[in-house]
Amino acid sequence: MDFLYFAWVRERIGTGAETLALPATAVTIADLLDWLAQQSPGHAAALADRATIRVALDEDFVALDAPIAGAREIAIFPPVTGG
Amino acid sequence: MITTRTQPHPFDAAAETAALTTGRTDIGAIVTFTGLVRDVALTLEHYPTMTNRQLAAIAAEALTRWPGIAGTVIHRFGTLAPGDPIVLVAIASAHRAAAFEAAEFLMDWLKTRAPFWKHEAGAGWVAAKSSDDEAAARWDKP
Repeated sequence: MDFLYFAWVRERIGTGAETLALPATAVTIADLLDWLAQQSPGHAAALADRATIRVALDEDFVALDAPIAGAREIAIFPPVTGG
Repeated sequence: MITTRTQPHPFDAAAETAALTTGRTDIGAIVTFTGLVRDVALTLEHYPTMTNRQLAAIAAEALTRWPGIAGTVIHRFGTLAPGDPIVLVAIASAHRAAAFEAAEFLMDWLKTRAPFWKHEAGAGWVAAKSSDDEAAARWDKP
């Protein structure tokens, strides 16, 4: 699956994009974040406070309890601050 | 129709507004909002493909709520200096109420749903404001 990171999530992880093979145990977004946080100290730092994490699956916002099923691209970022 | 776009370069609010009324005599009101960079230089990061989808979805929702309006929404990205224009919402309508309301709605949803992130020179990433969430929530349907 393709992962995209933006703003300080990108900075803490140290890359804006990576491709990772998901474990079969990752069913929901929350499962995926738990697994992703174990990939490196940078991933752990980026995902430490889930209240400040927003997720889009294939370019649509999703809740943490949403299923991952079938998605191609997941983007992880802080709450948006445009305008 | 409401056209939406993102670009790194400045926009001409007067020209964008004039384009909305060219050849039309049925428009009685135009509301334009221009957001400016305040105090410190900013770098705007965005998620281009999702931004385009979200801006189109927000515009479609505005047209559902205020049928008959026309407009242009432009959001810049990249590095911007204090005083630079950053966002334009221009809405034309037969009467003023729809134009005022739709422009406010578009800004409120844009600020909370379009994937942009502001980074202030010397100060770091701008934190999201709960007041922006509250402003967007007033448009929630019962």
